[in-house]
Amino acid sequence: MGSLFRSEEMCKAQLFLQSEAAYACVSELGELGMVQFRDLNPDVNAFKRKFVNEVRRCDEMERKLRYLEKEVMKSQIPIVNTGENIPAPAPREMIDLESVFEKLESELREVNLNQEALKRNFQELTELKHILRKTQQFFDEAEQHHQQMHDADREDDSQNLLGDEGPRVGQPMRLGSTFLFFIVCGRFVAGVIERERLPAFEQMLWRVCRGNVFLRQADIETPLEDPSTGRDMLKNVFMLFFQGDQLKSKVKKICEGFRATLYPCPETQGGRREMALGVMTRIEDFQTVLSQTEDHRLKVLTAAAQKLTVWFIKVRKLKAIYHTLNLFNLDVTNKCLIAECWCPVANLEDIQIALRRGTERSGSTVPSILNKVHTNEVPPTYNKTNKFTSVFQAIVDSYGVSTYREVNPAPYAIITFPFLFSVMFGDLGHGALMAMFALWMIIKERSLTNTLGKNEMFAPIYGGRYIIFLMGLFSMYSGFIYNDIFSKSMNIFGSSWRVSSQPGVVTAAENGYTLALDPVYTFNSSDIYPFGLDPIWQVAENKLNFLNSFKMKLSVVIGISQMTFGVLLSFLNHSYFKSNLNIFCEFIPSMIFLLFIFGYLVFMIIAKWILFDASNSSVAPTLIITLIDMVMLQPMSSDPLYGEPQGIQQTIQMALVLIAVMCVPWMLFIKPFILKRRNDKKVARDRHVRKLGNGISDENAAIVDFDELRQESDTDPAVKHNNGHGPGHGHAKEEEEEFEFGEVFVHQAIHTIEFCLGCISHTASYLRLWALSLAHAELSEVLWTMLMGIGLSSEGYVGGAVIFATFAVWAVLTIGILLLMEGLSAFLHTLRLHWVEFQSKFFMGEGYAFLPFSFKLILEPKEE
Amino acid sequence: MASAWITVVVVTAFWGFVGIICPFFVPKSSEKGIIQTMLVLTAVCCYLFWLCTFLMQLNPLFGPELETSVLRAILWNWEGKDENFQ
Repeated sequence: MGSLFRSEEMCKAQLFLQSEAAYACVSELGELGMVQFRDLNPDVNAFKRKFVNEVRRCDEMERKLRYLEKEVMKSQIPIVNTGENIPAPAPREMIDLESVFEKLESELREVNLNQEALKRNFQELTELKHILRKTQQFFDEAEQHHQQMHDADREDDSQNLLGDEGPRVGQPMRLGSTFLFFIVCGRFVAGVIERERLPAFEQMLWRVCRGNVFLRQADIETPLEDPSTGRDMLKNVFMLFFQGDQLKSKVKKICEGFRATLYPCPETQGGRREMALGVMTRIEDFQTVLSQTEDHRLKVLTAAAQKLTVWFIKVRKLKAIYHTLNLFNLDVTNKCLIAECWCPVANLEDIQIALRRGTERSGSTVPSILNKVHTNEVPPTYNKTNKFTSVFQAIVDSYGVSTYREVNPAPYAIITFPFLFSVMFGDLGHGALMAMFALWMIIKERSLTNTLGKNEMFAPIYGGRYIIFLMGLFSMYSGFIYNDIFSKSMNIFGSSWRVSSQPGVVTAAENGYTLALDPVYTFNSSDIYPFGLDPIWQVAENKLNFLNSFKMKLSVVIGISQMTFGVLLSFLNHSYFKSNLNIFCEFIPSMIFLLFIFGYLVFMIIAKWILFDASNSSVAPTLIITLIDMVMLQPMSSDPLYGEPQGIQQTIQMALVLIAVMCVPWMLFIKPFILKRRNDKKVARDRHVRKLGNGISDENAAIVDFDELRQESDTDPAVKHNNGHGPGHGHAKEEEEEFEFGEVFVHQAIHTIEFCLGCISHTASYLRLWALSLAHAELSEVLWTMLMGIGLSSEGYVGGAVIFATFAVWAVLTIGILLLMEGLSAFLHTLRLHWVEFQSKFFMGEGYAFLPFSFKLILEPKEE
Repeated sequence: MASAWITVVVVTAFWGFVGIICPFFVPKSSEKGIIQTMLVLTAVCCYLFWLCTFLMQLNPLFGPELETSVLRAILWNWEGKDENFQ
């Protein structure tokens, strides 16, 4: 048997690695990816292991790299990924890497810090610029009002002089002159505040200062960038006028509370102008400095982006190696590391070579040793797959990892899965579209792996390209058989029905009524449609009657064939594990049960097809009633299928059912009792041997016997015996010594009931093939008549436009509903048929997966 | 019936060829077993599918019911009758 039919033969091995060569050897094994290391110090705390320090340093390096990556991403610099294989760095390279990362990180942090400080200064200056500009307006207005006041000779006292801005705070007063007074006396502050805080700020001022503060504010039109978060913020310039020093301190506190920044603002016009000039020049200086800093930062990051992927790979490999080394045991002399691992027997040679290479690379003179160890533990399950078979293996594995060395359903699913899918998805057109899409993915494999393969939504579809391709091909075949191409039929070989031979056909055609063809006149039995369904059924009124009968029987035949195949595979399992008992007490009775009832049903279906035609259709039996009568052991109420002299069929059926029913107790009772007798014999023999050997009493003998099997020497044997299953034995094989008849019997009863009831319910379950294929065919027909039918039957120039539109809708719905949704539903049903109906006949799925130490797996981005 | 037998022989021979003869000529490789299994199973599945379809149509118990327009179309198109169905 080739690969994949059963999981790889595994063996447990011990590795003795010289301390100085261990690193290089493990690195080589990681490249090979064929070894699963076991933790030899499970009791040791993770912090107390030997290479914790190294692992921690790697963690630190990874953190720095992530920081670098984040910065690079933020600056939108592309990260270079050449995809080449970078070997794990030598252990001494770690220090270099560390220093490089350290330098880069501190440099970057410094640059960022500087940049932030610069930006903050720059922002303050910009704000000051705005303040000076806006306050100038306020001052100008104040002066103007003052002038007006004098001119108007204090006529309109309470006039609202400040336009719609109005006196926000304080009583209406003689504003102009008061402003000037405040300004001259220095009783004002100017500042900047976030726009959204402004209303609350205003309210607070009003309340705290009891209306004795006057506020003027103006929007800053351009949003300002917040240097710490980098987000744009809208701000306002404000100016507060107040009386007295007490109010001043209050106002300042409120400003602080609202995170408003206050800026000095000279009182005189000249002072302000001077300051504005100074600010402008400084802003310009800052701009040049800022752009230089940004350039420098980009330069550093671009250089880092070139190497980032390589560094990541190196650090991850480094970390993985030290992590693995932590699983090893130190030899007493401290010169040697001892490792235990599972590895496939077929790859032992490769592992030896890798070890030798590792030893050479490290320059060690003492070779590393690989030693096969005998063990009773159950090895992990490892199925070697390639890019084609891995999808099918994944389908099986997502149901359960097969038991070590049991029959693997995956190689059979390669064909049966697409086949069952196609029975539900049978349409030549849809199948062709599906196959072409998958073929495109397969041909473009190289370029798509990095685009589609990485896309979260399309990765599963891309991963399943081979299975989709096969599903498409098989769907084309079944579309051919169903004679369905976008719900239309092809008449390739010529229909076997001769319509013109039907009496009264001319009158029917002329007078317009529906005519049922009589097979006796019109069916040409020498010219049966050779491949697929006769196209005449596609246009017949009673198409559904015909299709239902056909598809239902077809799904029963296919279902029972697949179940029989499953039971046959269980024979392969039993014979591989050399269990004659299972062959005689499980395989043979289940085969008889399945074939004598359900196999007989298939026989009846086929016999009815062959034996009955239109001439004797009046005496054709109803198969379901015949089957029910047969199982109920009743006299047949339907016409006989075969055997003219009444009774032969009845006798045969009776015999079949009786034999099948006999199989139930056969499966149920024989195996547990044989096991019990074997066990009793063994116990008796062991006791006898013990007695002769050292003359210990019966009870003690049992205890000793048990104890020896466990191969454990200490603690009180009596306590051990009572404990029964000792915990912590992992996958250790339980010896039959603790034989419990009740448990075995219950297990066997469950198995028997499951199988017998399963045969019935699973046969019914296969009817989903009929249901789904019918639904698919009907849906595609509805789509055609409702859209293309209308498009094709409209005439004239308008018809051209109509068919253009209807075709578009039809095409979109065909792909969206029929291909994607129906395809998905058929896929899920196929999945169920394989997992439950097929695999339950032979698959145990009690294994655990082989998880090799492999850099390839470690570096792959996680699926989650 | 003669032509029916020819069909059976041809299709059986074809799938027999795929499922029985071809597996012997699979080039030697580590995937040989898988390819052989695929060939055999493909042949079995497809043959079974075809066989059921063929046997089902061997002796029809009832005939198709045809609507008038379909009837006319068949007479004219498949059986080459003229406008008067002669």
